[in-house]
Amino acid sequence: MPYDLIVIGTGPGGYVCAIRAAQLGLKTAVVEKRPTFGGTCLNVGCIPSKAMLHASEIYEEAGHSFAQMGIKVGRPSVDLAALLKYKEQNVDSNVKGVAFLFKKNKIEAFHGSGRIVAPGKVEVKSADGTTQTLETKSIVIATGSDVARLNGIDIDEKRIVSSTGALDLVEVPDKLLVVGAGVIGLELGSVWRRLGAQVTIVEFLDHILPGIDGEVARQFQRLQQKQGVAFKLASKVAAVDVSGKVLKVKVEPAAGGGAAETLEADIVLVAIGRVPYSEGLGLDAVGVRRDNRGRIIVDPQYRTSVAGIYAIGDVIAGPMLAHKAEDEGVAAAEIIAGQAGHVNYEVIPNVVYTDPEIASVGKTEEELKEAGIAYQVGKFPFTANARARANLATDGFVKILADAKTDRVLGVHILGPDAETLIAEAAIAMEFGASSEDIARTCHAHPTLSEAMKEAALAVGKRAINF
Amino acid sequence: MAEIRVPALGESVSEATIGKWFKKAGDMVAVDEPLVELETDKVTIEVPAPAAGVLIDIAAKDGDTVAVGALLGAIKEGTGAAPTKAPAKPPEAAPPAPAAAKPATAAAPGPEMPLAPSVRRLAAESGVDAAAVPGTGKDGRVTKGDMLAAIERAAAQPTPVAQPAAAVQARAPSPADDAAREERVRMTRLRQTIARRLKDAQNTAAMLTTFNEVDMTQVMALRARYRDLFEKKYGGKLGFMGFFVRACVQVLKEIPNVNAEIDGADIIYKNYYHLGIAVGTERGLVVPVVRDCDQKSLAEIEQAIADFGRRARDGSLKIEDMQGGTFTISNGGIYGSLMSTPILNAPQSGILGMHKIEARPMVIDGKIEARPMMYLALSYDHRIVDGREAVTFLVRVKEFLEDPARLVLDL
Repeated sequence: MPYDLIVIGTGPGGYVCAIRAAQLGLKTAVVEKRPTFGGTCLNVGCIPSKAMLHASEIYEEAGHSFAQMGIKVGRPSVDLAALLKYKEQNVDSNVKGVAFLFKKNKIEAFHGSGRIVAPGKVEVKSADGTTQTLETKSIVIATGSDVARLNGIDIDEKRIVSSTGALDLVEVPDKLLVVGAGVIGLELGSVWRRLGAQVTIVEFLDHILPGIDGEVARQFQRLQQKQGVAFKLASKVAAVDVSGKVLKVKVEPAAGGGAAETLEADIVLVAIGRVPYSEGLGLDAVGVRRDNRGRIIVDPQYRTSVAGIYAIGDVIAGPMLAHKAEDEGVAAAEIIAGQAGHVNYEVIPNVVYTDPEIASVGKTEEELKEAGIAYQVGKFPFTANARARANLATDGFVKILADAKTDRVLGVHILGPDAETLIAEAAIAMEFGASSEDIARTCHAHPTLSEAMKEAALAVGKRAINF
Repeated sequence: MAEIRVPALGESVSEATIGKWFKKAGDMVAVDEPLVELETDKVTIEVPAPAAGVLIDIAAKDGDTVAVGALLGAIKEGTGAAPTKAPAKPPEAAPPAPAAAKPATAAAPGPEMPLAPSVRRLAAESGVDAAAVPGTGKDGRVTKGDMLAAIERAAAQPTPVAQPAAAVQARAPSPADDAAREERVRMTRLRQTIARRLKDAQNTAAMLTTFNEVDMTQVMALRARYRDLFEKKYGGKLGFMGFFVRACVQVLKEIPNVNAEIDGADIIYKNYYHLGIAVGTERGLVVPVVRDCDQKSLAEIEQAIADFGRRARDGSLKIEDMQGGTFTISNGGIYGSLMSTPILNAPQSGILGMHKIEARPMVIDGKIEARPMMYLALSYDHRIVDGREAVTFLVRVKEFLEDPARLVLDL
């Protein structure tokens, strides 16, 4: 009996899509090429990196601020093997959670590489080489993305690693060179710096964190430098000499022409971004169109150029974020089931899990200037927040950008402790078209970090109380 | 910069029509100098300048309808030479921000959806009802921006406040030949209010009219006899009105239902006698109220009426002057009316219609005599006033007027 829906890929987009479809009564199956469900996010992305970020943050705190708070633990040390095991356990419980959810929702799972042989036909090739063809009314491609590679530099996941290998280093490198000052490079760079590595980040652009509000990125860079991370901006990695015991990395000015220099590193982490995973799916053969960057072209209902085939998540355009994929997965399932699924792309939060964290939603100052929108800025530093002071975490600020005329919140940018959690309030506010005054007039508990959000909202109207 | 806003206009008055700007943009104004005339439901008032300076902006044009608190214009303070009142005193009682009329109720999405806090504040401050503002937020919610835009619109042009009555124009088109010879003129605010209130009174009360006639011989004789003396002492003419007021007050005391009003299932008896005296003006009918007529001498009543008449004609009656009446006297006689059926001045329960005095043949002691006669009409709300009471009312008024000594003796 044919399925109503087959989802290819069980990352956060795919598995959520499948569950939602099953909830809506569709007979649903998933195809997953990994042995475990959850895709990049759960296996080699968000989840394991967060475990390592958390562990390394606690380690650093134990070494630094514990004493200031009167807690004596002696000199902390890292048992990397145990740390990696903790990380694996964390991954394990999450991917098993997805397997349980599939069972609970009566979703059939097929392990193997999926390929669309015709509209309504998905061939699954198992690891042992056997194939079977499944029939379905609809297909959702949720194959996600893969590591972007640098020409001439082979990722062996031992000494030259991607984010995947960087989560599995068997010892803390003395010197880690990170290529790319984006989210992944900064997060994993900070993990290994805290665990003891000397970290240098090489970035092609003249600024870090492209897409993040400029003021946030600049202040974050200063804080990172204070923490000991070295940056080489407007530079590119031309080659890595792997012949010796230590890697020799040739770094050139991005513009070309200047003198190259050679940096030594034990590990090179290539973190220049991710590319959509759209190869090997049989897309060209069935006529699913892609853009020049390999992304599957979809309409607002996530329909590809072939009837009955949909695509969501990293494999289509838009920010490569798990939560964006999840929301698209839900929307696509609802649309396939005949409902009105919808994702508000104006309000998709973005978090960088460093210390301090960065979280943002909506427009940056640069984007507003570019668009010629008049706005007001309300900013509040965590140094003036009682709870941040108690936590010895006063780096950073909350910045709210509001329309100069209507006071509607257009963007919120947080650099600081627990920014990942604080940003949710801003997203809710923006989803409901709130003004900064609405946030300012909403009671916030004291003493909390969230008061910084309220104060920043007050600051839009030049009436912050505590600054 | 000082904003000029529509001041509070008194109870139950929520909007006004711009009658006329005395100043134009760019004019120098002194503090308290009248800037603009507002026509309200009840009176015409002048809005004084809240500050001295230059009138830089006129936000509402002549003829626009504006809500209480709406922006009329702005004055840039203190530019140039100090205007007439040299040391500008602080604007006394500058037009106050409108009182939060009523807490705005929930808007578009549904009665359970509370408004955003900024929207609640703006609704309370501006008087613009958020429920009437089209929302652009999630599920049609009203955002602060929507509200600000609505307030701006309200200040910039006639408010979208519901037009009272007669707002629906459902007239079938006239033949082209006739249409060219028609003229469409907007009713003044006062006219619209008169129209609405009269119709409301008809729709609410069980209204009917009873008649009688009064022989004015005695009153006229009294008046002729004391006219000069009265005028010398009080500086005003001795008219008929004072006699009628006194007579009515006496009778209202005897028949309290005529001085009462219905409020839901209750009757409110009023142990005070505020008599409205209908005064025709070129703009329409206004009814100023002579307060506590039972405690005033006939001369004081005459003076009060004369004063109201003067002020009604020059448009300087205040809102308070028109409020709180318990009974009304309308004199159609001054225009020559022989007989009429006046409409109640709601929520009052009675109105006395006076008419033209004319000599008619009356049978007095078996002989026909020419007597100065006036028909009296009492329209009353039959829900609260019985026929016997209404008839008795007129009979008693007639008795008092035909023998004014009874007024003194209270008989």
